[in-house]
Amino acid sequence: MALPGAMILFVFNYLPMAGILITFKDYTARNGFFGSPWVGFKNFDFFFASQDAWRITRNTLGYNATFILLGLVVSIAFALMLNEIRSRSALKYYQTAFFFPYFLSWVVAGYALYAFLDTDQGVINDLLGRFGIEAKSWYTENGYWPPILILANLWKTVGYYSVIYYAGLMGIDRQLYEAAMIDGANTWQKIWRISLPMLAPLITLLVILQIGRIFYADFGLFYFLPRNIGLLYKTTDVIDTYVFRSLRVTGNIGMASAANFYQSVMGFLLVLLSNWIVKKTNAENAIF
Amino acid sequence: MIENQARRRFKNSVIHLILFAFSLLCIIPIVVVASIAFSSESSLNDVGYTLVPSDPSITAFRYILKNSNQILRAYGVSLANTSLGTISSLFVISLLAFPLSRRDYRLRKPLAFFVFFTLLFNGGLVPWYILISKYLHLKDTIFVLFVPYLVIPWFVLLLRTFFSQIPMSIFESAKIDGASEFAIYSRILMPLSKPALATVGLFITLNYWNDWWLPLLYIDNEALIPLPALLSRMMMNITYLTTQMTNSFIQIDISNIPKESARMAMALLAAGPMLFVFPFFQKYFVRGLTAGSLKG
Repeated sequence: MALPGAMILFVFNYLPMAGILITFKDYTARNGFFGSPWVGFKNFDFFFASQDAWRITRNTLGYNATFILLGLVVSIAFALMLNEIRSRSALKYYQTAFFFPYFLSWVVAGYALYAFLDTDQGVINDLLGRFGIEAKSWYTENGYWPPILILANLWKTVGYYSVIYYAGLMGIDRQLYEAAMIDGANTWQKIWRISLPMLAPLITLLVILQIGRIFYADFGLFYFLPRNIGLLYKTTDVIDTYVFRSLRVTGNIGMASAANFYQSVMGFLLVLLSNWIVKKTNAENAIF
Repeated sequence: MIENQARRRFKNSVIHLILFAFSLLCIIPIVVVASIAFSSESSLNDVGYTLVPSDPSITAFRYILKNSNQILRAYGVSLANTSLGTISSLFVISLLAFPLSRRDYRLRKPLAFFVFFTLLFNGGLVPWYILISKYLHLKDTIFVLFVPYLVIPWFVLLLRTFFSQIPMSIFESAKIDGASEFAIYSRILMPLSKPALATVGLFITLNYWNDWWLPLLYIDNEALIPLPALLSRMMMNITYLTTQMTNSFIQIDISNIPKESARMAMALLAAGPMLFVFPFFQKYFVRGLTAGSLKG
């Protein structure tokens, strides 16, 4: 019964795992995977000698670490606030609104961002103009993009993470809070002594999953928001966009496969490492 | 002893204020897109983009319906691949999740590992791309738009979590009555799991409807471009015009690009169905998210 699904997984997930060996070959479309000659670590030599390797690693890790940290703080803060609210209809409204960005694809978000940032007609430059501030050229200046991308990522993910954490908070036994109230605990004490410790397993799980993917950037965010503008690569190019471009646009399979291998292997090691660390500190929270 | 009435009221209004501000932030982008879509082109040139159309008009939508076969086609492609994909994906992953949820299944552990391991390690884009385009020859076919996403391990594990909540004794009694495994699947499990299937089905639908990744990689034939991919191509073409960068993989005739309001109208049409549908199914989404984050 499991056969069709297992076969599909085998073809689309397991075959590429073996296919990762392509990194050690001088691949050309004509010779194919099996016909191309082995070249050892040559692709890596080229990749790590290039400026690109450092730039895309720094961007990918820097952005993802910021996303994880800020995302965690903000979404837990929102979840705690939602938890204080008693009105059912207000709760329903907030949850619905918070979910909104999750349903928009990055392509549509890219259009919306363009409406805000367009130099001549954009909403932001219009607002700046009203305060007598000169219009800015958002799509040509590298320095603007780290905050823009961080905010965009928060906008997209905070809503659904806070709903997950909120559901976690709902699962906490009310009696704990009642007992604390009787003992005279205030709101902060309840948060620090009950809510957060009770959420810890869920937080660890979600953070491990995110750390395991820290070498994987959200392609849509980094491709559709800065619109793949070459001028902005310094602050917007990540491993995923780089691999895509090398593969599909410049056709440099060697570079693409080296970056690809680096990403897969580092990602895997990080999953194992973060799980191992959690296991050491608190075995119950480990995923496997 | 505890906070007095006034302080609590103050605290609550601060919380409401913050949450309300963020909820506005979540909604405003799509409001601006809608406002531009419903504005006349001339007003956009005069006043720029605004939250509320300064000169409301539906010319952009009329323009799209009249002038662009391609957009309607893209809508059709999106509908086709989303429905084909959702139905076949639900079928395949429910078949896979069923044995995974059964304690009495011999190979349960190795099979679970087989599924779970793909979450930990993957070969990455390059071998995946070469496999699909060069060896499976799926490029520029409708199949490439849904087959690679048929089995998404997260959804398998999510469905398994739901299935394992059904008491084993039901299956056992059916077995005693002589039901085959497939009969148990189709006549007992499926009817019992309608809400679970709806939940996972919604995630799958969303995934397919919003997908631009597969077409970006594998579709060059204009007749097979789904809506999100068409949007992304148009966006990149504008970028191309304004920055003079070379993007060799874009092949749409530049003169086809509609004006600002029409492009935003397209973005709205692409986002529309999901935004319209999701408030009604929100509780399923919340349930799916929370069940998915449980350790299984």
